[in-house]
Amino acid sequence: MTDDTTNQGIPEPEGESDIIETDYEIGQDNYEGSVGPIGFDIHNPVFVVSGATIVLFVFYALALPEHASTFFGWLRPAVTSSFDWFFFAAADIFVLFCLFLIVSPFGRVRLGGVDATPDYSYIGWFAMLFAAGMGIGLMFYGVSEPMSHYSTAFGGIATEDGVRTDWAPLGAAAGDQAAAVRLGMAATIFHWGLHPWAIYAIVALSLALFTYNKGLPLTIRSAFYPIFGERVWGWTGHIIDTLAVFATLFGLATSLGFGATQANAGLNELFGIPVGSTTEVILITAITAVALVSVVRGLDGGVKILSEINMGLAFVLLIFVLLVGPTMVVLTGFVDSLVAYIEYLPALANPFGREDVNFSQGWTAFYWAWWISWSPFVGMFIARVSRGRTVREFVICVLLIPSLVCVLWMSVFGGTAIQQVVVDGFTGAQDAALELKLFKMLGELPLASITSFVGIVLVVVFFVTSSDSGSLVIDTITAGGKVDAPVPQRVFWCIFEGAVAIVLLLGGGLAALQAMVISTGLPFTVVLLLMCWAIYKGLSTEAR
Amino acid sequence: MFTKIMVPVDLAHVASMTRATKVAADLALLYQAEACYVAVTAPTPGPTAHNPQEFAAKLEAFAQGEAASHGHRVSSHSLVSHDPAVDLDHDLLKAVKTIQADLVVMASHVPGVADYLFPSHGGKMAKHSDISVMIIRES
Repeated sequence: MTDDTTNQGIPEPEGESDIIETDYEIGQDNYEGSVGPIGFDIHNPVFVVSGATIVLFVFYALALPEHASTFFGWLRPAVTSSFDWFFFAAADIFVLFCLFLIVSPFGRVRLGGVDATPDYSYIGWFAMLFAAGMGIGLMFYGVSEPMSHYSTAFGGIATEDGVRTDWAPLGAAAGDQAAAVRLGMAATIFHWGLHPWAIYAIVALSLALFTYNKGLPLTIRSAFYPIFGERVWGWTGHIIDTLAVFATLFGLATSLGFGATQANAGLNELFGIPVGSTTEVILITAITAVALVSVVRGLDGGVKILSEINMGLAFVLLIFVLLVGPTMVVLTGFVDSLVAYIEYLPALANPFGREDVNFSQGWTAFYWAWWISWSPFVGMFIARVSRGRTVREFVICVLLIPSLVCVLWMSVFGGTAIQQVVVDGFTGAQDAALELKLFKMLGELPLASITSFVGIVLVVVFFVTSSDSGSLVIDTITAGGKVDAPVPQRVFWCIFEGAVAIVLLLGGGLAALQAMVISTGLPFTVVLLLMCWAIYKGLSTEAR
Repeated sequence: MFTKIMVPVDLAHVASMTRATKVAADLALLYQAEACYVAVTAPTPGPTAHNPQEFAAKLEAFAQGEAASHGHRVSSHSLVSHDPAVDLDHDLLKAVKTIQADLVVMASHVPGVADYLFPSHGGKMAKHSDISVMIIRES
């Protein structure tokens, strides 16, 4: 399905834009042909190298599980504890750079040329970027994270040999319930607000700019043209694209594997469905099957529709919890959380001299590495659906609005759960395992069986929307930026992702490879910093 | 008998549809009809063009080239699709109505096993279009 407004032939030229003149032709390195009856159009060597590397790493994790577990188990915390200052400083730069773009004259530049019109309505666009960006995390952490920070902050500071051993943010709020709630909410919003969305916005904006305004292929390497010039079409670019495919596929597959485990626990709690690898494999297969239907139906007929259904359901659940929960307390808490976030932001974002090492390294640096390792996938997907927006509109909608929605979500779900502890003395959600916290909280509200079922559906559909958009992104990168590669190719990546998840789930290795993906956040942080410079340089030559 | 013949073309593979474009030109001359060359592009840069405007210009140039070779009346119509790999058939069916064509002439491959899973564009056009569709086998 196409956009009716742009479908009446191509009207007038869409205005001035600064095309980069390069001898490279999109698809020139591609192999086009067929294997038996199935056609393909793949980039050489990105498709084969990334596919082979993924298989190799899966084999490594299965053949040498202890080695993989020890090595990556060491690597991930080593990265986030040694380079925590770097992640902090870089993420702060991304936020500041995005805010600069909103207020600077660059904000007037339109993605796709000065007269381009948006491909999608606000609702469709917003639903897609949100569902791909962080949907599933909101389901699992919406209740658990505010409670966790509240509990540790309330518990106060603990030290051993002069080093803090508690997990409380900043200076904690020992024994002060109101202050602990404020600090807990501020710390949670910090992890789900401006910083992660700034990370996505940087990647998405650089790709959109170099694709729609500069005429380069929609693939990660294009953002590096100002830095590497024509070399991006050689091995430099091949490595960048392969790394992006690698991080995206393993990020999705390991999340799918863990998600199936979590969904299984939820189903067991709610319906008594047995916990075990059989149920988990069935869940992964079912999620992959729905994602498959979605990718075959395409961006408009599948991915967009599912994202909109997802956002609609999430909105209904949000409103329900808001209305039947402690409405006034939550609404007041929303404003209070927002104020607390702004108040604590400078201290929480401070890269240097932190005493709350467990919180800053174990939570924040971990989150920043996590968001950054996901940014090639989410950024590229956002770029694909953002043509026609001005830079100002783009940054406001990718940075500020999702941040506000996250504040609202956390305030409603986290705020309700905290109220259950503080006012009602109900500690069910507080004591439950991560995957059950949401359901325990919902269990204390009316119509629990219905809302819990909606919760399970949301968990599954959020996985599907990540899986289908991820498959489209990997397909585009491995086709050298072509978005019209034969459909069996996207089918292949979708099935491959499900298969990797099942193999790792059954054979072990999910944790090791997820730790590896998070470790890729470190090199990608450098990549994102370079992207900021590339965006600045790219925007400087655009008409505004 | 026919006044406007729609000729779907793939600008990246024009060499593989020479029989179809020749038949379309011959029919246009026979019935004094106009051949409208239709192509679909994504909003992203592709092998044929950097952007939809450049794509439209190239399609028009292709149409004029056909007119110069065969002497028939031509026009062009390009479409922008978010996901052309999937939406192509739908877009072409829509184009039939938009340009008010009364005949479609298009190239297609010899069907194989894969067509059971992913039917050819020509097959889908013939199945769903209200107007006559002439499929030309290129091989």
